[in-house]
Amino acid sequence: MIDENEYYRNKIIGRIDWVTLLIYMALVLIGWFSIFSAKYDELHPSIFDFSKEYGKQLVWIGVALFFGFIVLLIDAKFFNAFSLWIYIVVLATLFLVLVYGKATKGATSWIEFGPVKFQPSEFAKMATALALAGYLDRIDVSLSKPKDRLISCAFILIPIALVLLQNDTGSAIVFVSFIFVFYREGMPGAGALMLIGVAAILLFVLTLLLGQKTVFIILAVLFVLTLAFWLLTKKRNFITMVAVFVFMFGFVFSVDYAFNKVLQEHQRSRIEILLGLKDDPKGDGYNVYQSKIAIGSGGLTGKGFLQGTQTKYDFVPEQHTDFIFCTIGEEAGFVGTSAVVLLYVALLVRLVYLAERQRSTFSRVYGYSVAGIIFMHFAINIGMTIGLMPVIGIPLPFLSYGGSSMLAFTIMLAIFVKQDANRLNVL
Amino acid sequence: MKSKNNNLKTRRLLIYGIFIAVGLIYIVKLFSLQVMDKRYKQLADNNALRFVTQYPPRGKVYDRNGKLLVFNEAVYDLMVIPRQAISKDTLNPFDTLGFCQLLDIDKESFIERMNKAKKESYLKPSPFMTQVPKEDYAHIAEVLYRFPGFYFQTRTVRHYPNAIAAHTLGDIGEISQAELDLDKEGEGYYRQGDYIGKSGIEKSYEKELRGKKGMKVVMVDVHNREMGSFDNGSLDSDPIPGKDLYLGMDADLQAYGEQLMVGKIGSIVAIEPKTGQILAFVSSPTYDPNLLVGRERGKHYQELQQDPMKPLINRAISGTYPPGSTFKTVVGLIAMQSGSITPATCFHCSGQGSLPIKCTHSHGSSPDFANAIMNSCNPYFYESFKATINNRKFGDIKKGYEYWKDMTYKLGLGHTFNTDIPYERPGNIPTREYFDKMYNGQWNSVTIRSLGIGQGEVLLTPLQLANIAATIANEGFYYPPHLIKGFGDDTPIPEVMTTKMDPGIERRHFQVMKAGLRTVFSGPAGTARRYEMKDIPQCGKTGTAQNPHGNYHSNFIAFAPYDNPQIAIAVIIENGGYGATWAAPIASLMIEKYIRGYSEREDLEKRMMEGRITYKNER
Repeated sequence: MIDENEYYRNKIIGRIDWVTLLIYMALVLIGWFSIFSAKYDELHPSIFDFSKEYGKQLVWIGVALFFGFIVLLIDAKFFNAFSLWIYIVVLATLFLVLVYGKATKGATSWIEFGPVKFQPSEFAKMATALALAGYLDRIDVSLSKPKDRLISCAFILIPIALVLLQNDTGSAIVFVSFIFVFYREGMPGAGALMLIGVAAILLFVLTLLLGQKTVFIILAVLFVLTLAFWLLTKKRNFITMVAVFVFMFGFVFSVDYAFNKVLQEHQRSRIEILLGLKDDPKGDGYNVYQSKIAIGSGGLTGKGFLQGTQTKYDFVPEQHTDFIFCTIGEEAGFVGTSAVVLLYVALLVRLVYLAERQRSTFSRVYGYSVAGIIFMHFAINIGMTIGLMPVIGIPLPFLSYGGSSMLAFTIMLAIFVKQDANRLNVL
Repeated sequence: MKSKNNNLKTRRLLIYGIFIAVGLIYIVKLFSLQVMDKRYKQLADNNALRFVTQYPPRGKVYDRNGKLLVFNEAVYDLMVIPRQAISKDTLNPFDTLGFCQLLDIDKESFIERMNKAKKESYLKPSPFMTQVPKEDYAHIAEVLYRFPGFYFQTRTVRHYPNAIAAHTLGDIGEISQAELDLDKEGEGYYRQGDYIGKSGIEKSYEKELRGKKGMKVVMVDVHNREMGSFDNGSLDSDPIPGKDLYLGMDADLQAYGEQLMVGKIGSIVAIEPKTGQILAFVSSPTYDPNLLVGRERGKHYQELQQDPMKPLINRAISGTYPPGSTFKTVVGLIAMQSGSITPATCFHCSGQGSLPIKCTHSHGSSPDFANAIMNSCNPYFYESFKATINNRKFGDIKKGYEYWKDMTYKLGLGHTFNTDIPYERPGNIPTREYFDKMYNGQWNSVTIRSLGIGQGEVLLTPLQLANIAATIANEGFYYPPHLIKGFGDDTPIPEVMTTKMDPGIERRHFQVMKAGLRTVFSGPAGTARRYEMKDIPQCGKTGTAQNPHGNYHSNFIAFAPYDNPQIAIAVIIENGGYGATWAAPIASLMIEKYIRGYSEREDLEKRMMEGRITYKNER
C-alpha cells in the first residue's frame, strides 16, 4: 500500500480518477453527436465540417481537452495559492462585460476578443468555488464565527450581483448551489436556510395556484393547530413559532407584489406556464411545448440517429444549446434520456464521494462546489425541457453547444480531478 | 464528538439523497412523457408543420366624403421551403424541368431564385415568385402537389379606382434590407418579402393600415398535402385587419386640380382653415398610382425616375420656391405687430424710379397699407421690412432681424410641420448667422432688402404658402396642415394635428390684412380683379417670383369666402410668368369648384385646362 502511494506521488499527473474521466468523455461525445443531429444539414454532411456548429463544437472540445490536460500538469497547490487572484481576475472581466459587453437574448453577458465570443459568467462559478475553498481552507477561518460566515457569503453574493446586473438570471440562480457546500461544512443555519428555501418555494407556488386568501386560511388553521399543540405540550419555543408564522403571513402577502412587480414579464409568464395557470403554446410556452413534443415523440427507443422529425424541422428553438436534451429525447428515446440522467447522477455521486475522501478542506469544499454547480445546471436544464422547471436559459454541462461553457466546465472538473489525484500528497 | 460525526453523516446522506431523488423524479417523468403518453408521438409522427402567414387586408383609404381612394386586390405569392424541396429522395427526384415549364422560367432563373431562398433560410418559407397573375395561379395550383416544398400564399395589393393623388397616397413595396435591419432593432414585425408603406400616407400610417399578421399552422404529409390544422388550431392566430383611413382630401377637388395642372409644372395645396385638413394636394406632373403596383412596379418606377420632368417628386412639400409678392402678407403682418407701421402709414413710391427696389405697378405716389397690398407695391413692403428690423425697440438691426425671423417661424415658415406627410422640406428663412458669414458681419437693411418682397434667400414650399393663407383666413391661428381626417374605428388622430398654433400676431392686424387681400379681387386696381366672382367673395395675393430657372414663377395664395373661409389655397406654376396669368385663375377656379361644386366660368376653365407651358428640359 505504502509503495503504491510512493509510486503515484512521483508521477506528474498523479492518480487520476478514471470513473469521473470516463463519465465526462461519455457526456462530451453524446453532446457532440446530438449537436450534429440537431444542426444536421444535407449540404454539410460531415461531422467534421468546421463551418457548422458540430464542427465548431469539435474545435471547442479539442480546446477544452487541451486546457484540461494543462490543468492536470500544473502543481495542485497552485489553485489553492492563487484562488483569490483567479477570483479577482474573473470578477474584473464580469465587470468589463457590464461596461463593454454584447447583449444576446436579453442578457448582456458576452465579451468579444476578435473572432472569439466569450461568456465570463461561465467561469465565474469556478472562480467563486476556488475562492470559497481557498478561504475556508485558511487555518484561522471557521464557519462557526459570524465574521467568517459573512465573508464566505460575500464571496458568493458579489458575483451574483454582477451576473444579475447583466440580466443573466439563469447564471445567478446557479450560485444558489453553494448552499450545499455550506450545509456540508456545517455552517449554522445552512440547513434551516435550505428548509426555508423549500418552504418559500412551496408557499410561492401555493399562493399562485390557490390564491392569497386560501393560503391565508390554510396558514391560519395551521397556526391554530400548532398553538393547540404548544398549549398541550409546551415543548417548543413560543416566540420562534409565532415569528415563523408572522414571517409566513408576510411572505404570502408579498408574493403578489413580488410576482407582478419584481419579476420581468417573460419570467412571470414562464412560471405561469409551468404551473399550468396559463396556456400559451404560441408565445412564451412555445419552447417548452415543442420541447415536450420532441421528447415525448421519441418513445421507448427513439426514432434513431438523425431521424428526428421535430428536430429536423427546427421546431424547438435553441435546440443545439439550451434545448439539446430534446434531440436526445427524440432520437434516442427513453433509453437515451434515462441513460443521460443516470450518467449525471453517477457523476454527481462520484464527485461527492471523491470530495469526502479529500484530506484538505480546500479540495473538499471545491469538490462539493463542483458537484453543486453541475447539479444545478443538470436539474434546471433537463427540468425545463420536460416541463418540471420554468424556462431558465442555462446550458447542460458538457452537452450543450457553446465554447465558454465547454471550456469552463472542463477546467472546473479538471481542477478537482487534479486535487483528487494529488490528495495523498496532502499531509 | 459522536453526535457531530452522526450529523456529518446525515448531512452527507441528505446531499446524496437530493441528487439521486432529482434523478429519479426526472426518470419517472421521462418515462411517463415518452413511454406512457402516446399523444406526443401522434403530434409529431411523420408530419411536418407548415407555418403559413395569414396576411390581414390592409386598411382602405377614403376621401373626406367617403369616396373610395385605395382598396385591395388579391394576388398570389409562390412560396418555397428549400429543405422540403431539395429532398434527397432518389426514387422521387424533384422534377426541375417540369417545374420550370410550369412557371415559364429557365433553369438559371430557377437556381437563382432557389439560392436566394436558401440564403434566407432552409427551413422557413421564402417567396419564390411574387404576385403570380390570377390566370397563371389557377393552373399552377392544380399540379403544385407534385412539387414538395412549394405552396401558394394569398396576399393583397393596392388598387386605385380614381388614379388620382399619387403623391399623397404613396405606395407600398417589398421591404428593403435597410428597413428590415431597422425593424429588427425595434418591433421585429417584418420578414423578408413583406410589404411596407414606402411613401405618402402608406408610409406615415403604415402601422395603422397594415393591421397584424396572423399565423396558421398546418400539418403537411410527405406528399406535400395539407392534412389539416395542427393541434386543433391551438397555435393559429387570426390576422387583425388594418384600420381604414379617411383623408381630409376632397377627391373631386383633387381630380379637378390635377386636370387644371396638366401641361404645367407646379403645385396646388388647398387647406380647410378651420381644421388644417388638406383638401387638395396636387403636384404636377403626376402619374397614375396604379403603375406602381404589381409585377411591373420596378419597370414603371424606373421609367418615372428617369423622366426629366421628375413626376415622382412631390412638389407640394419638396419643391421650395421664392414666394415673391405673396410674401408681402408675412412682411406686412410682422411690421404691424412690431408696431413699425400702422394701416395708415404711407411710404413714398416713385414707380420704376424707386430705390433701392423699383415698383412694377402703377399707382398713386404715396400708398397707404390697403393701397399697397392691392397694387403689390414693392417699395412699400421693402420700407415696412426695413422699418421692422431697424425698429429702435430692438436696439440694433441684427436683433431686429432675429425678431423678424422668429416671427416667420411662428407663422410656420423655415421648418417642417411634422404631421403625417413624409419627406417634407423646411424651406429657408436665412438666419442672422448666415448673413454675418455671407457679408462678413457688414450688412444692413439695404443688403438684405429682397427679403422684404419675398425674393433672395427666402424659399417656401407650397404647403407653407397655403398655410399662410389659412392663418390669415382664420385671423390669427392655424392647425398644422395634415392629410388625415380620421380612422375608420374612431381612434383619435395624433395630437400634433389638433393643436392650435398661435403665431403671436394680434387679430386686428389680420383683419386689416384680410380686408387688404379682399381688394386684390374687388379693388379697381386689384391684381386679381379679373377673377372676382359676385357670389363668392375671395381674398388673395399674387406673386411673380424671379428665379434662376427662366421665366417668373407664377404664385398665388387665396381663401374664400371672405366672412367664413372654407378653403385656403396656394398655387405655384413654375415659369408661368405673372401671378395673375396662371396661378390666380387656377386658384380661383379651385375655390369655385370646392364651394359651388362646378365652375360657371367655362371659358376660363377650358383655357386653364388646355393651357400648356413649354419647359426647357421638355422633349
